[in-house]
Amino acid sequence: MSAFSAIGEETEQDQNEFTPGLEPQPTWCPGCGDFGVLKALKGAAAELGLSPEEMMVTTGIGCSGKLNSYFNSYGFHTIHGRSLPIARAAKLANPGLTVVAAGGDGDGYGIGGNHFMHTARENHDITYIVFNNEIFGLTKGQTSPTSPMGHKSKTQPHGSAKTPLRPLSMSLNAGASYVARTAAVNPNQAKDIIVEAIQHDGFSHVDFLTQCPTWNKDARQYVPYIDINDSDDYEFDNTNRSEASEMMFETENVLHEGTVLTGRYYVDEDRPSYQQEKQRIGEMPEEPLAERYFDDSYEWERTFDNFLDKHK
Amino acid sequence: MTDHELIWRIAGGSGDGIASTSQNFAKALMRAGLHVFTHRHYPSRIRGGHTYTEVRVSADPVKSRGDGYNFLLALGDSFARNPSEGAYYGNEEIKPLSENLDELNEGGVIVYDSGLLDASEIEDFDERVEENDWHVYDIDLRTIAREHGREVMRNTAGVAVTCAIAGIEPDVIKSLMSDAMPDKILEPNLTVFDDAYEMVREEYDVDAPDVSAPTGEHDEEQVLLSGSDAIAYGAIDEGCRFIAGYPMTPWTEVFTIMTQNLPELGGISEQVEDEIAAAALAIGASHAGVKAMSGSSGGGFSLMSEPLGLAEITETPLVLVEAMRAGPSTGMPTKPEQSDLEHVLYTSQGDSHRIVFAPGNAAEAYYQTRKAFQIAYEYQIPSIVLYDQKLGGELSNVPASVFDEEPNADLGSVLTEAELEDAPHDDSGKYQRFQHDTENGVSPRSLPGQKGGRYLATGNEHMPAGHISESPENRVAQVNRRMQKVDNIRTELDADGEFNTVYGDEDADLGLITFGSQQGTVEEAADVLSEKGHSVKVLGVSEMMPFPKQQVAEFLDSVDEALVVEMTASAQFRGLISKELGGYGDQMSSLLKYNGNPFEPADIVEGFETALLEGEELPDNRTKFVPKVGE
Repeated sequence: MSAFSAIGEETEQDQNEFTPGLEPQPTWCPGCGDFGVLKALKGAAAELGLSPEEMMVTTGIGCSGKLNSYFNSYGFHTIHGRSLPIARAAKLANPGLTVVAAGGDGDGYGIGGNHFMHTARENHDITYIVFNNEIFGLTKGQTSPTSPMGHKSKTQPHGSAKTPLRPLSMSLNAGASYVARTAAVNPNQAKDIIVEAIQHDGFSHVDFLTQCPTWNKDARQYVPYIDINDSDDYEFDNTNRSEASEMMFETENVLHEGTVLTGRYYVDEDRPSYQQEKQRIGEMPEEPLAERYFDDSYEWERTFDNFLDKHK
Repeated sequence: MTDHELIWRIAGGSGDGIASTSQNFAKALMRAGLHVFTHRHYPSRIRGGHTYTEVRVSADPVKSRGDGYNFLLALGDSFARNPSEGAYYGNEEIKPLSENLDELNEGGVIVYDSGLLDASEIEDFDERVEENDWHVYDIDLRTIAREHGREVMRNTAGVAVTCAIAGIEPDVIKSLMSDAMPDKILEPNLTVFDDAYEMVREEYDVDAPDVSAPTGEHDEEQVLLSGSDAIAYGAIDEGCRFIAGYPMTPWTEVFTIMTQNLPELGGISEQVEDEIAAAALAIGASHAGVKAMSGSSGGGFSLMSEPLGLAEITETPLVLVEAMRAGPSTGMPTKPEQSDLEHVLYTSQGDSHRIVFAPGNAAEAYYQTRKAFQIAYEYQIPSIVLYDQKLGGELSNVPASVFDEEPNADLGSVLTEAELEDAPHDDSGKYQRFQHDTENGVSPRSLPGQKGGRYLATGNEHMPAGHISESPENRVAQVNRRMQKVDNIRTELDADGEFNTVYGDEDADLGLITFGSQQGTVEEAADVLSEKGHSVKVLGVSEMMPFPKQQVAEFLDSVDEALVVEMTASAQFRGLISKELGGYGDQMSSLLKYNGNPFEPADIVEGFETALLEGEELPDNRTKFVPKVGE
């Protein structure tokens, strides 16, 4: 019998199940795009029939880091940029968990960029939502890795001399097997994309445009948006790597010209997840490791029997 | 060193098989009933460079590399660079012979491979040989090796010559070779061995050996292993089945041993993008209910500072190991030092509350790593095993019975789903995982996936169910509870009383105090000092944090004055004692060594007699004496 009975439990969930009974007052500003992520995640979790206690939501630091304060599940609000390595390990330790990591554009593409690249490369079976508001919000409006060139802020008084990072292209090149962009102003698409991302076996990256009404007033509210998968203007096959790459490149180019493109950019259902690869080479047990510590019949190996011969 | 000891040094270049040859030699002599202890000296490069390993062999137990050495086997350095006199690093070709002469004891033996080394290139070689009564055997090992096998087998030829000169039974070595070598290379190696052995017996008069190996017998079965082996085995026996890491010398040894063994134990090892990720993965796995560890050496451990603080405030059990080397920055990657002490005790912002053990030898490394896991998981706190390149890499014989212990995979203070039903929850159904009032400061954990256990872990200060809070009352309650755990751990360690070591005459007037890997060397120095009529005893401290204040104060109170021996340049350990005890500065002097080589017992004897007792300057800059406050 599992020591983790919330995992795989058949439930019919209302999305309110994912709202804490004593809901802490969110610290997000009125009109903040972060509410859109929270709502989409609650809707997706309910639609998937997940129970709050089989979900683990890890976050970094920033306004986005508060996500799991307002989402009713197991949560780990970590340190700046490090939600991914903690999420990866929890998934390896207990693969039955549904693990969602989240952070902002500074958190994921700046300070945590190395983890983002390697988590995508390894194709861990987790979902990563990046709250991309193109600014550092919580620290009061500094230029971020996705701020447009020329962006003025207190830390870039003459306007940023840097071109913005290309999150979708970077994700694809690093090895993510599901890459999408959605926007807080597009709740139905956002929920559907998160449902797909969680269902996907492998690393799912959702770049989530979240407008910051307080510190990024100049930026568009990401409307009107275009769903590239529905629009006749954008024909491409999102299972084809080069077509996906071109679509991403264009999307990143036109964002700061006023065209907000969203949708599923790349979906690779064939690539095995990291867990599957690791099990294939015999470096990960078939049974969840976390269960073993509750298995009274397990005979734990010991040095004296297993390893001393080669030292004699 | 006594007459009935062999301290054999095999010197060559990195990549010449020095490490494996010396390991086999040590193991063979251990099997023959002797006590062995090795010391490695190697540069941070893949090929070539001044490299040697010493194997000390004695009929009696040995705890250090000993003083100097008495048998040199100088092989060629196949990968020597810049073999010209004016080169910045000197003529490397001759170094296996030239670099090792200063430490060779009087009356010692020199065997060198005349196929590769030309002693006439060394200034005053013959004069020094005569002056020191060295016995020189110039033997063309390379040619012997080439005749029956390949040039690389000159190591085997050299070992055979050693046996012939020092009176070691050939079968002692040959039976181990049969175990250790694959068939394909075994036959030629055995032929090379016999040839070289016979040649020496025929051409030299070795019946009255200049230096002879002792003979002995063990009371019980022994195993030959390193501090790194012992740490890894301690972790495995505590049910650690997850490790994450990034390579860095010398921590890589523990990481490698774990990684090679975990698959067959159904465990997981992750080599990740950097040390921040490594520590974070260990935290993530532990948070999810698997006993996990990570580790690094100085530079990599610096990157772990922030995750370490996260583990402290989220009360996630975490075991890290830190293998010290000479710093700062890249420093001397392959040389031992103990100067990461303060770094490990205090790194990461805020008040640190963590456990730090510094074991003194391989057996202690095993026990203390186990204890580190027990405390980490019971008290939900980071535990760190602090060691160094010396302890990690040195091989010694340890009774096999040390490891005849039951495994313990207990996850510590974790609730089951059944227990969670009766545990306190807030009105929204979140489990109060960080309760203010608990019996011993520990508030039991739940694990993701457990029904009835959901909560928020956060690096922010938090309320009982994990909500972020800056309330002063809650803050004080949570800080006090977390600090209370450290006090309780101190009480538990005091009750166990097993990790710090007092050695020597209880009533002695003078004390030697050290920590971690220098313990055995200091104890041997105390033996020498006692034989010379000094009244001295030793305190070896392993519990670095929380600090054993009472025990150290009692030791200091019992002696007139003490010499604190450590491998740092700034007397960090002595500073720790002063800070923790708030005094004793006028009672403690320091003997420091930071030239990249660990202490030898003679360094300490000299520091004690010359500097501490006679108040004279030390003759060279190998060690540094820092007098007590007020002198």
